Amino acid sequence: MMDDPNGNPEKGFLEFVYDFYASMKAHEIKLVYEGKVTHQITKAFIALAEAQMEENEEASRVQRTVFHVMVECLQNISRHADEFETEESAYSGRGIFMVSNTDQAYCITTGNAIVNEKIPGLGEMLEEINALDEGELKNLYMKQMREGRLSDKGGAGLGFIDIRRKTGERLDYHFLPVSDKISFFLLTTLIPRSS
Amino acid sequence: MFDMEALIIKGTEDSPTITLDLNADIMELAGRSLPEDVNTFYEPVLSWIEEYARNPLPSTVFNFKLTYFNTASSKVILDILTQFEEMIEDGHKVLVRWHYPAEDEDMMEAGEEYAEMVEVPFEMVSYS
Repeated sequence: MMDDPNGNPEKGFLEFVYDFYASMKAHEIKLVYEGKVTHQITKAFIALAEAQMEENEEASRVQRTVFHVMVECLQNISRHADEFETEESAYSGRGIFMVSNTDQAYCITTGNAIVNEKIPGLGEMLEEINALDEGELKNLYMKQMREGRLSDKGGAGLGFIDIRRKTGERLDYHFLPVSDKISFFLLTTLIPRSS
Repeated sequence: MFDMEALIIKGTEDSPTITLDLNADIMELAGRSLPEDVNTFYEPVLSWIEEYARNPLPSTVFNFKLTYFNTASSKVILDILTQFEEMIEDGHKVLVRWHYPAEDEDMMEAGEEYAEMVEVPFEMVSYS
């Protein structure tokens, strides 16, 4: 941000802030965060979301599902955002977390950079989860719990299955190329408010 | 009086209250479970149960009264249940009481799924 000699912020920047605000309003974005996702950040966001949903008298089933999805999404970033050196360091271990809601649904979106080598495996896993029905998801969850030993980072590969089961919605995702080494992995989950 | 020292951990916004107290006749895990590091948090619980299993009471009743647990915790819950399964294989009596809020279908189903996964008797207890 550039200040002019009289101490006023540059006009262009303030216009950007307003445009940013207007854009958030237009997309009904209630929360957006960029950076490292620590456990403290996770706790702060879920507390904030809970307080807001309580105030809006959201159905308790919706509240619980939003809570579940937020926790798993935030923990995905904190555990799986890859660390990079050199030219990609601006993405290292960081991510974006966004919550928006309309009358119909909550939408929780996360994004973080990953090394390109992980794309085939991750894509395959998400496709498999999307293709399964309720009973198959339950069996896969049980199988993963039995066999999937906890990794050093504490993830059991269960998060995606859990999100799919709790929401009943398919997992919508994209990989956007950042450089020849890394890509940005985006995941969006819808939580219908009616059911 | 029992020799085994009680393990009592007060719950927080992200970790459950643990009460493993033989003299008070309570074995319970209650509240929310999404600790930063599940392995570190549950290590003393798993160790306590492991020690208890060597010389347990004639009949053990263990209460789960969780309102929320994340997927990382779900694996540890299975580890605890597996310890009970081994106690039963060794000829001991164990009952798991799975408490769930009456309106929380997911928490009820989670208990039913665990009951399917391990050879341990479950009693489902709804509360409001």
